[in-house]
Amino acid sequence: MTAKQATATAVTCRNVTKTYGSGDSLVHALRGIDLEVETGELLMLVGPSGCGKTTLISVVAGILDRSGGECSVFGQDFSAMSQSARTRWRGQNIGFVFQAYNLIPSLTAAENAAVPLLLNGMNMREALDRARAMLERVGLGDRAKSLPNQLSGGQMQRVAIARALIHEPRLIVCDEPTSALDHETGHKVLELLREVAVGPDRALVIVSHDQRIFDFADRIARMDDGRIAEITPPKEPIDL
Amino acid sequence: MNRIALKMLMGDRAKYFGIVIGITFASFLITQQLAIFVGLMGRTIGFLSDTGQGDVWVMDSKVQFIDDIKPLQDTELYRVRGITGVQWALPIYKGLSKARLDNGNFQTCNIVGLDDATLMGGPPEMLEGKLEDLRKADGIIVDENGAIGKLAKGPKEPGGQPVPLKVGDTIELNDHRAIVVGICRVSRTFQSQPFIYTTYSRATTFAPKERKLLSFILVKAKDGQPIVELCARIRSETGLEAKTTQSFKETTVSYFMKYTGIPINFGIAVVLGFLVGTAIAGQTFYNFTLDNLKYFGALKAMGASNFTLLRMILLQSLTVGAIGYGLGVGMAAFVGFAARNTELAFLLPWQLLVITAAAVLLICALTSMLSLYKVFRLEPAIVFKS
Repeated sequence: MTAKQATATAVTCRNVTKTYGSGDSLVHALRGIDLEVETGELLMLVGPSGCGKTTLISVVAGILDRSGGECSVFGQDFSAMSQSARTRWRGQNIGFVFQAYNLIPSLTAAENAAVPLLLNGMNMREALDRARAMLERVGLGDRAKSLPNQLSGGQMQRVAIARALIHEPRLIVCDEPTSALDHETGHKVLELLREVAVGPDRALVIVSHDQRIFDFADRIARMDDGRIAEITPPKEPIDL
Repeated sequence: MNRIALKMLMGDRAKYFGIVIGITFASFLITQQLAIFVGLMGRTIGFLSDTGQGDVWVMDSKVQFIDDIKPLQDTELYRVRGITGVQWALPIYKGLSKARLDNGNFQTCNIVGLDDATLMGGPPEMLEGKLEDLRKADGIIVDENGAIGKLAKGPKEPGGQPVPLKVGDTIELNDHRAIVVGICRVSRTFQSQPFIYTTYSRATTFAPKERKLLSFILVKAKDGQPIVELCARIRSETGLEAKTTQSFKETTVSYFMKYTGIPINFGIAVVLGFLVGTAIAGQTFYNFTLDNLKYFGALKAMGASNFTLLRMILLQSLTVGAIGYGLGVGMAAFVGFAARNTELAFLLPWQLLVITAAAVLLICALTSMLSLYKVFRLEPAIVFKS
């Protein structure tokens, strides 16, 4: 278990809003979000469906433009960056774990894990070497050559975690990483995430409404109707 | 990311083969139809290609193509011989005549009469006998395909194979006896009628009675004499048309292009092949992209720029294009090879391969465009929608 070691601000959101549509069909997905995430912290965004959790991490991760407010990740404001600069920065500094894993079916586990390195210009051989090492770290060293359809749900999520971490990003965002997993596997995945993804110079934001994993969070931000309803104070390190 | 792009492409076997089959079909149809078209056009000038000894063809000014015979007076030959720059000028008779076969049937044949003295303008390749054998009484040389095909004798027993015409056999040409003294090989012609070579004087006896019988005058220019200038001089001094061999070929091909439905028919087949191939390949490739949209979205989220995705999609498209092109052209070439000794007109010059390659590239571009449009407009936030 890695203890929380907050040292600096990873994410800062001030009065962030996001609307979709216009006129009568205007939808307020975010209604003024104020949020800070520290490095070394695992923040969990929780709340009912449609409350804006996914929209918020999309804005934080720079894959969705906000409508108003200020938001920066490690001091970088995406709205001030060109599209290509934002894409490049995201590729170098943010890791993603998706609910549906999004592993490319025709690639082996190692190739899937290597994708962020390839996108950052590394050659295939070196990327695969590092991917195999990362898979070893997440306990899948013997499945490097397996295709996604040869892996269980938990194993696929571990490949996705390896992919999210392989390029040593400073912010990792996870969308419902355990929703497709049974209780025991979900627990193991969260243990793994805490073990390998949380560090003194990086932060982890997890969107979930799986109450079984709330205990893993350092702080929990409860969202409701596009707002952060409450943020529980940082917890003492938990011994898993 | 090239390897990733290719593995994504080939991972979905059904769609991968679907796209390749679409492009193969288009490539095959375009190449095969164009090759037959070029082969047919080549046949229209087969006789001109075979008769390459002269530099200039002199003919009536109203002649539109090689088989459009408008006979000249024999005296025109002497006028042409007197023109400055002419090394020699020889008569050529070209006309149709009916051969009576031993079973009583008639077969229309191309009769070519060569200058009695020089026999210039004869067939390009003799298979049996010699060209000089035409000087024997009633001698004719028959082309190989005619001898084993339309001019062949009836089978020896009922239901048997026809017996090819051979040296020493006799046929009847327009009520005149003719003795086969040689078998030659000539280019197949558009009408696919047998070719019979003989001397000019004998050909005129085979020909139906007409006041004028001289079909063409074949002219050789003196060394150093510019051919185009010589043509102009012949035109101005005789009032006849004079064309270089190449120019006469172009005139002939132009006539068939303009006055027959051949280009339109083959053009429609080529366009259909292109459209069907584009539709199959395009739709399958687009479906492939749609199926992979969430992965493209994930790649975008993970830092793949539009340029990277453009390269990946173009690589996928060009890969199936190259494979489909190779298979299609290979199949078309095989069909041409397998049919090399048949009536099928099939000619595959390298230019056709370039045209097909351009068409396949266009198909790839069109099929990629839809996919690229979809992927470029893709919001990476789609990855968070389960």
